[in-house]
Amino acid sequence: MSIRVLYFASVSEAIGLTAETIDLPAHVTTLGALRQHLGARHPALLTTKNLRAAVNRHMCDWDATLDDGAEVAFFPPVTGG
Amino acid sequence: MHAVSVQEADFDVGAEIAALCAADVEAGAVASFVGLVRADKLSEQKLGAGDAAAVLSMTLEYYPGMTESALNDIVAQAQSRWRLRRVRVIHRVGRLLPGERIVFVGVSSAHRHDAFAACEFIMDYLKTRAPFWKKEETPHGSRWVEARDTDDVAAARWD
Repeated sequence: MSIRVLYFASVSEAIGLTAETIDLPAHVTTLGALRQHLGARHPALLTTKNLRAAVNRHMCDWDATLDDGAEVAFFPPVTGG
Repeated sequence: MHAVSVQEADFDVGAEIAALCAADVEAGAVASFVGLVRADKLSEQKLGAGDAAAVLSMTLEYYPGMTESALNDIVAQAQSRWRLRRVRVIHRVGRLLPGERIVFVGVSSAHRHDAFAACEFIMDYLKTRAPFWKKEETPHGSRWVEARDTDDVAAARWD
């Protein structure tokens, strides 16, 4: 199963990437598990305060499930307006 | 009827307000909000004691595709809560200087209460749910603006 992962703002800056395509191990089925999995390579995913995430462009909780081809994004709390 | 725009270009406040009630004799009220880059704004991360760095510029990043759909969703929620005629949301991205406009929210309705309330609701939800991130440039370097707890409190009063 392959997914696209996007990073924004301070998270993107800390990781040094704006996007990557990931082949998921079978045990990584939720957003929270993906965060832990990628956190081994990108510590900012584990240390960013109040990290947020979206699946297919909708904000999701960590128990959200991932499907093949999903677009996942990790970012800090929003500061627009 | 509503429209949402995420753009680098500035906008004409007068023209936007006029468009909210043009050829609509049932509109009795238009409420609007304009957000600006504040010159003296310090981010919530404190600088050293006695340090008073002014913001030189602000750069706004967004999530193309998701940002627009998040704004459309917020407007749809406002339309389900109040009786609205037209809604217009414009949010600028890219590098902006102090005094420049960042955001416009305009709402028309038959009576003022709906327009006032919906305008404030849209701003409160935009601040906490729409994917935009601000980076400030100061004489001491650049830094990402941190989210404010007071914005969460403001959004939570609509729950």
